[in-house]
Amino acid sequence: MRNEFCDTLVKRASNPDFVFLTGDLGYMALEPLQKAAGARFINAGVAEQNMVSVAAGLASQGLRPWAYSIAPFIYARPLEQIRNDVCLHDLPVTLVGNGGGYAYGVMGGTHHAIEDYGILLSLQHMRVFVPAFGADVEPAVDRILQLGHPAYLRLGRDEKPKEVDPGPYAPWRKVLSGGGPAMVVVGPIAGALMKDFMGLESSKRPNLWVLAELPLEEKAVPGQFLKDIETSGHLAVVEEHVAHGGAGEMIARFLLLAGRAPKKFSHFCAQGYLSGYYGSQGFHRKECGLTSGNILKVISDS
Amino acid sequence: MKTLKQIIHQGKKRLLQMHYESGVGHIGGNLSCLDTLMVLHHRVMKAPDTFILSKGHAAGALYITLWSLEKVTDEDLKLFHKEPTKLSGHPAPRWKKEIPFATGSLGHGFSLAAGQALAKRLQGKPGRIFCLTSDGEWQEGSNWEALIFTVHQKLSNLTLIVDSNGLQGFGTTKEVASQGNLADRFKAFGLLVTEVDGHDAEALEKILGSTEPGPRVVIAHTTKGKGISFMENKMEWHYLPLKEDQYQKALSELGEA
Repeated sequence: MRNEFCDTLVKRASNPDFVFLTGDLGYMALEPLQKAAGARFINAGVAEQNMVSVAAGLASQGLRPWAYSIAPFIYARPLEQIRNDVCLHDLPVTLVGNGGGYAYGVMGGTHHAIEDYGILLSLQHMRVFVPAFGADVEPAVDRILQLGHPAYLRLGRDEKPKEVDPGPYAPWRKVLSGGGPAMVVVGPIAGALMKDFMGLESSKRPNLWVLAELPLEEKAVPGQFLKDIETSGHLAVVEEHVAHGGAGEMIARFLLLAGRAPKKFSHFCAQGYLSGYYGSQGFHRKECGLTSGNILKVISDS
Repeated sequence: MKTLKQIIHQGKKRLLQMHYESGVGHIGGNLSCLDTLMVLHHRVMKAPDTFILSKGHAAGALYITLWSLEKVTDEDLKLFHKEPTKLSGHPAPRWKKEIPFATGSLGHGFSLAAGQALAKRLQGKPGRIFCLTSDGEWQEGSNWEALIFTVHQKLSNLTLIVDSNGLQGFGTTKEVASQGNLADRFKAFGLLVTEVDGHDAEALEKILGSTEPGPRVVIAHTTKGKGISFMENKMEWHYLPLKEDQYQKALSELGEA
């Protein structure tokens, strides 16, 4: 999604309030933006704490800064700067984390981001955007620009299979229908699930919803999603994020408060490093049960 | 019209009254930087300029300075450390343009100032950015990140001021984490460095008023608890509130302007 992100910002680089900061990342990816933005493309060096506070200072003067790095370096290292300087002041700084979840694979645990949006959503005014597909990046960027609050854009790999058509970006979008459980998926793993579930016979096929914006806003939850839960009595949530602070917890809380808890709830999520070994993104997903096969098995057994 | 000396003197008395009435500490660090804040706000800063208090525990000195400019009222000061209040122990966010950031965790203000200085350059807008840090605050790594950035970006409209009172939370800066001569370190990073007696208002005005392009750092050598004999250079006055007899003694030591 880095290329889509770069292309999207190149188109907006001439906006008078545009400014982009990178923590020394973007080689072989962001050069077109560097060229397009000129003096407004700033390599802030390997100093993320300073970069985030500088972004807050820029935003306080009416600019709309983007602060970019590998995901854990943009939300974990400078967390206090995000909390105090950006969020307490509700400044429109957008943090961009490349490599959500286990996307950096065998690069190792220091480069993974499996608790990013849970941590960030505990802060005041923060909004999170998780594009599931490359084509979602541009509309997500426009949503961020419209909102004008602290935001985190979690980028991953575009995994959309050719045969899949998820339709246009929306905070909530239904991409499959069937007689199976209601299922919410966050992030690029949606592509694989769509591909593997679309061929299932109708009675087993889940009602698959792609969720791209957090925190959960009551008014944004589609009525059809609630109907899908009621009809099947089963809700499954799939996300490449730990359970704590994840979308699964948010949706469960929302349903409990609304008195609409399903009879059965399944949560497929990141579980850290169960074996202690490292591998590709697929290796870590598999270890956590974040595969279509495992998800299908669990929901079919219920 | 009052002289600056009279304004500062009145501010010190009002600061003591505020602390006495609220029963809270941080008086020592407020007295070490009050002269600097008063000179900046009354004599140096112009309309487009910004001041960022990185040593947020000196919020009292900032509130008193803004009071002396009639930007904060006596009614506001009565609520210092009370509830509900905007005058919390460390500056609150989003209520007064003269307090652009909520500070209190050390090592944030300088980077924020760098961001504002950069914004002015990118936008082609006039104005200087002033940022006051403590000396102990230079143990924060983020400040050194900000220093590298500021020098590299040649943020000439930025002036950093260090309130060098030599005392920190649980010892002297020399005992806790000695940095030797901070001025030499700043020079080595490429900053223009000036040292000044931080209680000499005329010298402060001259140095801070200089428009020589920076980035610049002014090390203000100060005394924690300045002007009150039993507070000067005493670590406990980072924390202690004033008892009535201490308050009266402090007022009498300040005398008349």
